[in-house]
Amino acid sequence: MFRYLIHRLLIMIPTLIAISFIVFVVIELPPGDFLTTQIEELREIGEAADLRKIEELRKEYGLDQPFMVRYVGWAIGFLQGDLGYSFEYEQPVSAVVGDRLWLTFIVSFTTIVFTWIVAFPIGVYSATHQYSWGDHGLTFIGFLGLATPNFLLALVMVYFANVWFGTEIGGLMDDRFLGKPWSWAKLMSVLEHLWIPVVVIGTSGTAAMIRRLRANLLDELQKQYVVTGRAKGLPPFKLLVKYPLRMSLNPFIADIGDLLPQVISGAVIVSVVLNLPTTGKMLYEALLSQDMYLAGSFLMFLAMLTVLGVLLSDFALAALDPRIRLSGKATK
Amino acid sequence: MTDTGGTPDPNRKAANPRYISSAPFDPQSVEALTPEQERYYLASQWKLMWWKLTRHKVALIAGAFLLAQYLVVLIAEMVAPYNMSERHTDHIYAPPQAVRVFHDGKFVGPFVYGLKYNLNQETLRREYTVDTTKVHRIRFFCSGDKYEFWGLIPMSFHLVCPDKGGTFFLLGTDRMGRDMFSRITVGARISLTIGFFGVLISFILGIVIGGLAGYYGGWVDNIVQRIIEVMRSFPVLPLWMALSAALPVTWSPLLVYFGITLILGLLDWTGLARAVRSKLFSLREEDFATAAQLMGAKPARIIGRHLLPSFMSHLIASATLSIPAMILGETALSFLGLGLRPPITSWGVLLSEAQNINAVALYPWLMLPVVPVVLTVLAFNFLGDGLRDAADPYK
Repeated sequence: MFRYLIHRLLIMIPTLIAISFIVFVVIELPPGDFLTTQIEELREIGEAADLRKIEELRKEYGLDQPFMVRYVGWAIGFLQGDLGYSFEYEQPVSAVVGDRLWLTFIVSFTTIVFTWIVAFPIGVYSATHQYSWGDHGLTFIGFLGLATPNFLLALVMVYFANVWFGTEIGGLMDDRFLGKPWSWAKLMSVLEHLWIPVVVIGTSGTAAMIRRLRANLLDELQKQYVVTGRAKGLPPFKLLVKYPLRMSLNPFIADIGDLLPQVISGAVIVSVVLNLPTTGKMLYEALLSQDMYLAGSFLMFLAMLTVLGVLLSDFALAALDPRIRLSGKATK
Repeated sequence: MTDTGGTPDPNRKAANPRYISSAPFDPQSVEALTPEQERYYLASQWKLMWWKLTRHKVALIAGAFLLAQYLVVLIAEMVAPYNMSERHTDHIYAPPQAVRVFHDGKFVGPFVYGLKYNLNQETLRREYTVDTTKVHRIRFFCSGDKYEFWGLIPMSFHLVCPDKGGTFFLLGTDRMGRDMFSRITVGARISLTIGFFGVLISFILGIVIGGLAGYYGGWVDNIVQRIIEVMRSFPVLPLWMALSAALPVTWSPLLVYFGITLILGLLDWTGLARAVRSKLFSLREEDFATAAQLMGAKPARIIGRHLLPSFMSHLIASATLSIPAMILGETALSFLGLGLRPPITSWGVLLSEAQNINAVALYPWLMLPVVPVVLTVLAFNFLGDGLRDAADPYK
């Protein structure tokens, strides 16, 4: 077990390096940079005073240096906690980011918990009542959930929450808590606002999870030991819970690897629509204005969140299911 | 009378009362196939798949629906009653007009009632009321708005046209008074093909890269595996956003279209590559692969000619399942304004008009492009499921 942990941790390092390189290439792709656009704008107005400052910034951040030098500088800075400078906000990136990372984490985590809570009973019901009306109906709703673009779901939910409950649900907390330190009241306010984005982001993942759980449980229910148990007179509920259910629970943890990137992707677009103070909206704006260090930090954070989540799920899976550890070594 | 096959002795017959057939002995009689069986055993793999698919009713319906959609895409401009960029300035934000058949209890054929426009001076909102005195019969196979068929041939033929002097906004109009139904129909061309070409790209990448990894194994496989791991741990949408934000603004809409297709395809091949790789791992040990190798076939030929066809059907099924993700991806990108830009029209571009709450509250028909999106995604899912079951020889 310990060797597996170490092995898994070591593999993560090259992965993260590769990811950081891809992120840097991607943010460098657009022709020109934020400063060139700004210089052009200033020239058009006929202003020259700021040009010197821009030249200084260009020197300081090495925008005139070759690509690899800039990449290494950026990556090393990232490790030391220096995320670079946001040209748009004229502040260091770490100052701009604020609670956004925490809020992104909270939204993603809650969404996954929501997915589990909803998918579990529905999946079990669908599998134990295969081809019943309930199963067909739930499967159909699940398919609808998979097929509906979540940004539109967000729009519609905002509207109806406003009409039916009279709640204003743009954002993640009441305006008076914005930029304030964390407190109990702020946490409560966040929880109050959290459910809409969680439902919206979680829908498609929940639908996929239900299908996985249903398929797994159905496979498990056909196995011999279930028949034996039934033949020996085990009550149906106990028969279900004792073994097949446990066996089919693996996807709840194993699927995090697929679910988490999906949740984080969904969170980005939903946060743009719902105006959430998470990373999504700022990433979107940074991408549009070519604020490269800000966009790069966010991309990097989102990827890191995913990698860490997958790592944790691998550990949990290894702790739960000894077969995984063995197969992990066997393929090597 | 039955002849008991060369046993005339009555005593013997009594000693052995069993029935003995007099028919001539045919040693192959057991192995002979009924015509039904023969048809089944001699059918090609694709035929077997087709038979299995026909048993999957939902998949068939989904397939027919998609086929119909792609046919419409071919003649989209003809199906649309209007030219999609024609502005009707006195019918801005007009609501959908219902098609009726009976007027005053009399049958008149399909028609719509006229719309009466009134600007509410207090709320400054456009209000349309149905004017039941004006009957506008819908014309069929007629000439209407001029358009360029596939952007090349100037034509004015439509399958359906509004009445002369009347309007026919089946799904309402947008903020410039353009007919939504025509825009959705023509927008389907972009939305439906982008998934198709995107999957084509990811298909080729997946087969080549997965094929290399699976056939050679060793360090090639190791590198490919690491790349796949890295790509899969990326949240897709932010990366799509970053890449499409990197497309130069100066590009023509057509180039942007190809750029987006490329972006969608470039990030999607990992799943297919994994499937190809794991299949090849087991297949390359088969005797027929060794035979091909011994006869001096080159790796590309062995992979392409001998190994791939044995699970091509499976690959196509999984490719079908990844089209919906691309359609949704394009929709999301265009909705954010990072994907396709007007004048190119796709369902995502149309939905980006419904971005604010006002659209939901006042002009809900602006959100109608989501209906074809959902239907298409559902259809691809059902068809893909059906194909996957049909391609599975063990089911």
